[in-house]
Amino acid sequence: MKRKDSKHKKGYVRKRLKESWQWYVLLLPALIQLIIFSYGPMYGVQIAFKDFRASKGIWGSPWVGLDHFVRFIQYPNFWKLLKNTLSITTLSLATFPCAIIFALLLNEVKNLRFKKSVQMITYMPHFLSEVVVCSLVILFLDRTSGPVNNLIAALGGERTAFMGIPKAFPSIYVFSGLWQSIGWSSILYISALSSISMEEVEAARIDGASRLQVLWHINIPGILPTIVITFLLRVGNLMSLGYTKILLLQNDLNLDVSTTISTYTYEIGMLQGQYSYSSAIGLFNNIINICVMLIANQISKKVSQVSLF
Amino acid sequence: MMKRKKSETIHKKSRWSNYSRSDKIFLIAVYAILISLTLICLYPLYFTVIASVSDAHSVYRGEVNLFPKGFTMAAYELVFQNKSIWRGYGNTLFYTIAGTAYNMFLTLPAAYALSKKRMYGRGVLTVLFLITMYFGGGLIPSYILYTNLNLINTRWVLIIPAGLSVYNMIVTRIYFQNNIPETLYEAARIDGASEFSIFFKIVLQLSGPIIAVIALYYAVEHWSSYFSAMVYIRDTKLQPLQVVLRNILILNESAYQDALQASDATAETIENAAKQAYMALTMKFSLVFIASAPMLAIYPFVQKFFVKGIMIGSLKG
Repeated sequence: MKRKDSKHKKGYVRKRLKESWQWYVLLLPALIQLIIFSYGPMYGVQIAFKDFRASKGIWGSPWVGLDHFVRFIQYPNFWKLLKNTLSITTLSLATFPCAIIFALLLNEVKNLRFKKSVQMITYMPHFLSEVVVCSLVILFLDRTSGPVNNLIAALGGERTAFMGIPKAFPSIYVFSGLWQSIGWSSILYISALSSISMEEVEAARIDGASRLQVLWHINIPGILPTIVITFLLRVGNLMSLGYTKILLLQNDLNLDVSTTISTYTYEIGMLQGQYSYSSAIGLFNNIINICVMLIANQISKKVSQVSLF
Repeated sequence: MMKRKKSETIHKKSRWSNYSRSDKIFLIAVYAILISLTLICLYPLYFTVIASVSDAHSVYRGEVNLFPKGFTMAAYELVFQNKSIWRGYGNTLFYTIAGTAYNMFLTLPAAYALSKKRMYGRGVLTVLFLITMYFGGGLIPSYILYTNLNLINTRWVLIIPAGLSVYNMIVTRIYFQNNIPETLYEAARIDGASEFSIFFKIVLQLSGPIIAVIALYYAVEHWSSYFSAMVYIRDTKLQPLQVVLRNILILNESAYQDALQASDATAETIENAAKQAYMALTMKFSLVFIASAPMLAIYPFVQKFFVKGIMIGSLKG
């Protein structure tokens, strides 16, 4: 069938197009949306290599080559920004196993009602908005009225204004994120665990394996592909630390550690109006991100035969 | 399923005594960890509720921990007098409904089209969509684009640019591919149905679960986002709830200003002036509650749809 088609390629293409046109019509609105709002900004990213003037537009502004990139790398605080970004992302990567452990533990529970309640409650924080979560963080860590300090005081400790301690910022950021997402990110692993064959587990149990041994030798290997895939996605985001939540938790006291590459992009671009420079920093960050992800993907392909693409 | 349940109940009787010592310790640890984790997830929400109905001064002094103290709805009364909160609520409702409708208009037909293996150029078109998941123009190029399109400082900027989530579209596509039998299409085609009528009459009818999942994903996204509004909208009349919340909760803008102005500073309010400084705190908790209640109220009913969405998304398509 196929061979015959390729012989009459022109007729084949025409036939396929004729068959497909209604699907193209259905796809068209999304395609237009994609081209304008996803590829449009990609076209605009050329201002990273230009000296953007609003009066001249994107196309008419003069080229300056890599000037903005060089300027960023030579910026005295460049290393500090990089360090701040990485200290938050690596800490957040370190909490990656938490959701897996949670799923593995939950998998041991056979009482359905208990299991369902735990899931229901731990998924809940996922539905709070960033603004609400950050407000809760600030309210809870408050020195005089926050429950965290109430607990510390009750245990005989000293009340502390955590939001004012720069060193605490990465932990506050990461652990509030963990609180919000641990239940939700465990769903993937729970569903992967449910596909592990019961027979294998039963057989191991009959052979005298303890529950912990089953967990270690059957359950974890069983969900390893899922773990690798989600880990790759996380590594790919190592540098793409969102700025929206950081901006909410930022205050004058922690500015020194809470200024990251992404918040700097925002600050330079939106608050100071240096469009080209800000775009260059954003592009720089995006490219590093993609490189990190590609490298991680290649390594994983070699080591575990699991990869994103 | 039924069978497994039965065998489980039979096992149950002699279960605990059958466990070895190490298994018992392990299980106790499992339950202990899970229960404490659940409490950690629950407590902030619980505290928000009790603090919002407690006497402001007690909350301020850190005396409220497990039970409300000096029950009062004063914080809610004051919050409800704040006009910007109501306006924000109304705006958010509009953005959520209109935005989600637009999202669905783009996502569903595209997902259906891309689920068609026989569509010419499907591979290339799919890649065109996937690229945008990893690479984007960034903040400033987007801002310039919206400026050129005259979207800045209009309601549209919160609806149109966020029209399509490629991830959601892919999830929908996978659902269409796996859940609608090919024979159904063939039967419809033999009956002479066009692709459009197949899409509207068959595909949409059979895809209730995925439509619910995707609409909810989009709706939560619209409900929770603050950043776009903060950056692209200057007019306070157009601001959604999350921006109002940010002003009051994070930037400490006074939440009871409107209330003070509205009540014309009667003798009573002046008397309570000192108290109102504390009120700011309990009002924050009541605001957190008011802002989250709608989502948390519908959440138990839609939870299973959300979970389903994640599982569909995890299948490689």
